[in-house]
Amino acid sequence: MKGTLAISSIVFTIGILTLPTVWGDNDFKWSEIENYRIKSSDVAAVTDPVYKEECGSCHMAYPPGFLPARSWSLVMSGLEDHFGDNAELDTETVQVINQYLLSNSADKSDYRRSKKFNRSIKSGNTPIRISEVHYFKHKHDEIPQRMVSGNPQVKSFSQCNACHKKAEQGDFNEHNVNIPGFGQWDD
Amino acid sequence: MKYKIIISNLLISLPLSLSIMNISQAETTTVNKLLDSYKSQGVISANAKQGEILWKKKFKNTGEFSSRSCTTCHTNNLTQTGKHIKTNKTIKPMSPAVTPERLTKVKKINKWFKRNCKWTIGRECTAQEKANILSYIENKSTF
Repeated sequence: MKGTLAISSIVFTIGILTLPTVWGDNDFKWSEIENYRIKSSDVAAVTDPVYKEECGSCHMAYPPGFLPARSWSLVMSGLEDHFGDNAELDTETVQVINQYLLSNSADKSDYRRSKKFNRSIKSGNTPIRISEVHYFKHKHDEIPQRMVSGNPQVKSFSQCNACHKKAEQGDFNEHNVNIPGFGQWDD
Repeated sequence: MKYKIIISNLLISLPLSLSIMNISQAETTTVNKLLDSYKSQGVISANAKQGEILWKKKFKNTGEFSSRSCTTCHTNNLTQTGKHIKTNKTIKPMSPAVTPERLTKVKKINKWFKRNCKWTIGRECTAQEKANILSYIENKSTF
């Protein structure tokens, strides 16, 4: 009896003594677990206020993590004819926006969906339409035309936030998809 | 005795009128700044009626949307909510009486004049055209 008690108390003591080392381990953070969860699921939300204001004035400000840097450069150098519209900006603003886009592009991001976007684009290609990227097409290939182009409340795949209710928070999970006139998307 | 009436009247009417003037101060100052710059480019007067005519005029185009006008996105009525012809994005009414932030930022006005005149007409608007349009949107002829 005494022997058992002695051994168990020694084991406990050693255990308690090692606690500060484990507890005080600076490598362990709950926030990192949360970060990992986010990065492993979606795309970084748009944060730059200038980008949000200027590039969100006619359509949703698209997350930079959906296209590689070379694509964003191409878009930004052709604002005079931006998909049929004139989106010209002064030099200063262009610089600020370029800075933001190029440092948060899909090829620089470690967010899971950004990596998927990037990997689905051949190195020789420079797409400027997010909806033309292979990964995007693959994710939307089951959606009938009548719900998008035939749907006056949506019109086009470029109107992400028409169906992706949390798009502006960088959340494109299909559980938060509600197609106007049709309802929750049931896969 | 008479003076008391005059003074008490002024005590009420002066602050009241000053505060009313202050409310419209914002857009008047911005528009005035721009009109001054147009004056230095040779514009003598701004004509709201001409501004309205230009605003509602239809221009032909070889691109998508072969007939273009300011009203294409902004509608025929400055107090109505408009819509971007391609993206459907709502555009708040142009009239400052309905949307107070309209015509309060020189940079913003210049940006949209450049883009939208080029898209609609195919060239930048002249100083006279801009003066007329601002006058129309403000709903009065300003000088």
